[in-house]
Amino acid sequence: MSTAVATAAPPRTPLLQRLSQPRPLILLLLLMWLPLMAQVMAGNYLGPLRNIIMLPGIPAAVILYVLAFRAWRESWVATLGLTLVFFWILVALSAPFLPLLDPNKPIAPFTLPFTEKRDVFFWLGTDLKGRDMLARTLWGCQRVLVWGVTATAVAYVVGTLFGLLAGYLSGWWDEIISFVANVFLSFPVMVLFIVILNYLGPSGFNIVIAVTFASAPAIMRIVRGLTLDIKTRDYVFAAQTRGESPLYIMLVELLPNARGPIIVDACLRLGYTTVAITTLTFLGLGLQPPDPDWGLMIKEAAKTAMLFKFSYMLIIPALSVSSLILGFNLMADGLREMSLRD
Amino acid sequence: MLGLILRRLVQMALIMVVASFILFVIFDTPAFKKKIAIAELGGFAVSALSEEDYQNWLEQKGLNVPFFQRYANWIGNITTGDFGKSFEKNTAVGPLLLDRLKNTGILAFWVFALMIPISLVLGVLAGMKEGSAQDRTISFISVFTTSIPEIATAIILTVIFALGLGWLPAKSAMTQGFDWRQLVLPVLTLVTYDFGYVARMTRASMAEVMTSQYIRTAVLKGIPYRQVIMKHALRNALIAPFTVIVLQLNWLLSGVVVVEVFFQYDGFGKLLLEAALFGDVYVVQAATLVAVIVAVLSQIISDIGYTLLNPRIRFS
Repeated sequence: MSTAVATAAPPRTPLLQRLSQPRPLILLLLLMWLPLMAQVMAGNYLGPLRNIIMLPGIPAAVILYVLAFRAWRESWVATLGLTLVFFWILVALSAPFLPLLDPNKPIAPFTLPFTEKRDVFFWLGTDLKGRDMLARTLWGCQRVLVWGVTATAVAYVVGTLFGLLAGYLSGWWDEIISFVANVFLSFPVMVLFIVILNYLGPSGFNIVIAVTFASAPAIMRIVRGLTLDIKTRDYVFAAQTRGESPLYIMLVELLPNARGPIIVDACLRLGYTTVAITTLTFLGLGLQPPDPDWGLMIKEAAKTAMLFKFSYMLIIPALSVSSLILGFNLMADGLREMSLRD
Repeated sequence: MLGLILRRLVQMALIMVVASFILFVIFDTPAFKKKIAIAELGGFAVSALSEEDYQNWLEQKGLNVPFFQRYANWIGNITTGDFGKSFEKNTAVGPLLLDRLKNTGILAFWVFALMIPISLVLGVLAGMKEGSAQDRTISFISVFTTSIPEIATAIILTVIFALGLGWLPAKSAMTQGFDWRQLVLPVLTLVTYDFGYVARMTRASMAEVMTSQYIRTAVLKGIPYRQVIMKHALRNALIAPFTVIVLQLNWLLSGVVVVEVFFQYDGFGKLLLEAALFGDVYVVQAATLVAVIVAVLSQIISDIGYTLLNPRIRFS
């Protein structure tokens, strides 16, 4: 009897379902994310390799999109947000392979959209230095995406760590961590950004530090609240009775069970960080020229494009950044709606 | 009750002391002292100075006294109203800051005057019938407008109303005295960005109240629906939005920076950014401190107001 069971072929699970396990998902995410990060943060050291490494990212992004779409299909808000976000991720990954002009090469200044000049047809026109707007817009999403996600991720690691410590250990840990968080939360965010970036100097890495200081206290508060709630559950007592270390309980018992609200908040915070990076770059405290970036495009055009005829130079990057942020916010909204329904 | 208020005040005072201390640690670093020197003497002069001359200059300016003594002096000067002098504008920081704060205050007043009624009405309308078409439309509009960052809203409004239709001026520098037409676009930008958030908070609070037992009782008693909303639901549903609205003051101090820079409106945010980019240290110090004071005060008001409005809440 037992042999018969062993020899019978196990029912085949569909490929998409097998890919939806945590491990393949993480692998796909890394496959999509690492090339982008390498391209933006260390592109100059990679030489000719910098474009080739993007190739495996494109199918990974498509598969991830299909998987997420399947999982969230019950909420049209979430899938709409997902589509917007993955549109820009795919553009960021495939920008080197698209038939685009060099985004940093001046060709013909002040060419209006849908016109031909010097035998080149400009879909979105050119900016005040004569660089192609279409190429700059599509290339520009790389830096916004990579720095935005990196900064949010670092803020999350720091905020979650302190939130778990404050919530689980309580007592003096809680008092001290909460007080420090309250001090940082009493600064208006933009003022904190200006003070930190003015002190450290404008660059992508310093934006990560500034965002961490501004966001981690709020994240810490959320995680602390969730921890205080989950801490009283039976499975945590069981783990304590087994004699597990506090670190094990925090990371294995508490964190996975708090993930729902954390993921929703992360989507919202990705939107905030994208706003912050674009705004800081516009104010001259963020990413530096010459590489294309949406905030930079607005900053450069804001002085010269104050005529209705040339307003496309401002409108195009403004709409691009809005669509990305709308994507993050709709995703957060849809996920929250779904989590409330269950 | 009094004990609670007192404890909050002590806590907030402690936060102020620590926040100012952190700021001072940043402003006391050698790099920042060098910035002061460059602002005062010019870059060439500083690079030409010998180490000894530089030390003499620091001593002359009173910058090399021990850390804690300088901190005490700084706090002492501030309490007597002496914020130092702006390098860029060559005036005392105190009156300059006061003037700019007044401008930002005018902006903030109109933002709140428009934002509060719009967001409360929309939030109540949406939360009244949860899940209805009316609710879904208002919710989607509020997510949509909050998703467009201030800088994009500012651009879109400028392109439509100033560059396209020509109804309003594109810049708000107010060079020829006060002109209300120049105030319209900055106010609209901030309201468009912010009303959605408050409306969503109001909606959530209203929706929660509408599911409660006493509303069901009131409806079953046969009281007209209108009266149930006006008399029973609104009173309890508007407590939570109150705290959110007061806390928007903190947000406004952030949002105002980019709007004032874009429209060239001479307010607090533009002053802070210009000072930061120029290295005008005393202005940055003073402006940051004022921002923290306003933020902390708004937190106290929202805490105390929430307790006063909601007799069920008692912080233990």
